Amino acid sequence: MAYLWSLAALIPLNNYGHYIHWGVIDVSVANFIVVVLMILTFIAALFLPFPGRNRRKENQ
Amino acid sequence: MSTAEIERQWTTRLRKRVAGHLPPEKLLPDTQPAYVSSWIYVFGVTTIAALTMVILSGIILAIRGPQWWHSSSIGHFINSTHLWSVEIFFFAMIVHLWGKFFMAAWRGGRSLTWVTGVVTFLASVGTAFTGYVSQTNFDSQWISTQAKDGINATGVGSIFNVLNLGQMLMWHIVLLPLAAVLLTTIHVLLVRVKGVVPPFEDEKGATK
Amino acid sequence: MSTKPFRPDVDAPKYEGKYTPYDIIREGTIAIVVVGLLVILLATLFGSPDERAITIKTWSNADPIDFATTALGELNGTTITAQYGAPYNTAAPGQNLGPLKLAQFAGVTIPVNTVRDFVIAPLTSQPYNKNLSAALSQWKGASAAQQSSWVSNYTKGASKMTWSNGTITVPATNTGPVPTMINSLTAMARSGALDQALVTGGGFYTTNYTKPLLFVADGTYLANLAQKQHLLGSQWGMMNETGSYPGQAWLWLYTFWYQVSPFSSSSNADVQVSALMGLLSLLLLLVPFIPGLRSIPRKVKIYRLIWREYYHS
Repeated sequence: MAYLWSLAALIPLNNYGHYIHWGVIDVSVANFIVVVLMILTFIAALFLPFPGRNRRKENQ
Repeated sequence: MSTAEIERQWTTRLRKRVAGHLPPEKLLPDTQPAYVSSWIYVFGVTTIAALTMVILSGIILAIRGPQWWHSSSIGHFINSTHLWSVEIFFFAMIVHLWGKFFMAAWRGGRSLTWVTGVVTFLASVGTAFTGYVSQTNFDSQWISTQAKDGINATGVGSIFNVLNLGQMLMWHIVLLPLAAVLLTTIHVLLVRVKGVVPPFEDEKGATK
Repeated sequence: MSTKPFRPDVDAPKYEGKYTPYDIIREGTIAIVVVGLLVILLATLFGSPDERAITIKTWSNADPIDFATTALGELNGTTITAQYGAPYNTAAPGQNLGPLKLAQFAGVTIPVNTVRDFVIAPLTSQPYNKNLSAALSQWKGASAAQQSSWVSNYTKGASKMTWSNGTITVPATNTGPVPTMINSLTAMARSGALDQALVTGGGFYTTNYTKPLLFVADGTYLANLAQKQHLLGSQWGMMNETGSYPGQAWLWLYTFWYQVSPFSSSSNADVQVSALMGLLSLLLLLVPFIPGLRSIPRKVKIYRLIWREYYHS
């Protein structure tokens, strides 16, 4: 409980970061995850069906 | 007082122009074209929601001043919400930008909507940058002493001194947020005025 | 008058199809709630980085030789700041973009004289001390040529600088007041007094850290810490953050240019990369007006996925 009240992060990321080297590319794992998530989100947004009950009823 | 005189008033003319371009049913619509049916459309409003969180957390940080968060666990938590809402803001904004690019959303007299969007993005990059140098910690020491070379080399450093904490904080919490919010408002109003871009017509039925 | 031909990348067809119910306020509310919860979740899980700022006190205690060497550099004009040029001084012409010397053109608007501001003024601000007072009198009373000769003699032995018993020692002769000045400045730095002197040099109130930041950045201590955190420019540092936190990933292209030729070896990289990024930003801004560029979306056909319901109906 005291831990909760201290509002400290549960998984603080204060240790030195890990880096991915690939040719000239040198990116932190954290940034890499963000970029990959961004691309995956974009792809998911394109492919996942958008819930629209009204329209589907009309179409079917 | 004649009707003609009232019609000529600046106030009357402005009201009529605004009402003409942006009647209430356009500003706050209750329907939308049926083609607006994809998850890609949620990233604009997600960006605005993240901007709202950035501003709310920023307001709380502003109440106790720029160094509160170093010594208070509540302050540090609010700073964390500020950081993560910024990360989500850029995340959503960039996905929004990709989506709008691949829809060629500038078509049909919407080029100014695109332009204001890009300017908002650039202003946001500047806002984030001035935030990083206003943190009053190691990060801001390093980022400011590095960034000074890039900015000085362009001559802009002669007036925009990234090593001046007071100046950077003013830009971060007054000037740039004002610009970002104003640009976002114009951008959203333009979307409301012009509506969401219709699909390309030449391909209709071609996917079957 | 004939009607203008329809340009598919510029004009939009008029939509005369169906409309569906849309609750914009509900959508906005849901977005704020979802993003709000996500922000609280991420903040609770990961927090945010806050590496404590270094001080000249921590630097000079951790590495007195590096501090004293930097202090000497401020005196003999070899530090980054001393040789910077505009906007701090006229020591160098600064970078140029082809024929354009933008920094020089903008002029010296934030004057920094490293001898005066980083050495003499802080030492002068100290409480009375017989040796220091005598050294400063000797310095101030000497000609520029004499000052320069003392500093240059001291610099010759500086590579053999040692630190013991709280004293910086350099094997050199005919150095006038320079050893006392360097030692006093080092002692001042180690006590924390130099941090204060540089900050309050502009008066009681200040929000301007230009001078202490320039001084700190002239040493290697800050850069060594930054290198451990993978923050150097050559490490794509612009987009990185201390610890394992995500940084300003949106700066990836800006920092990318610094890694590749010709920018990676250019002495004008800063202004060149800035100009290139300015140009690319302008291209992005003007996409709707640039033939070819604005046709990409129609040709790559990702829009068919987005509007698949529309094309199927």
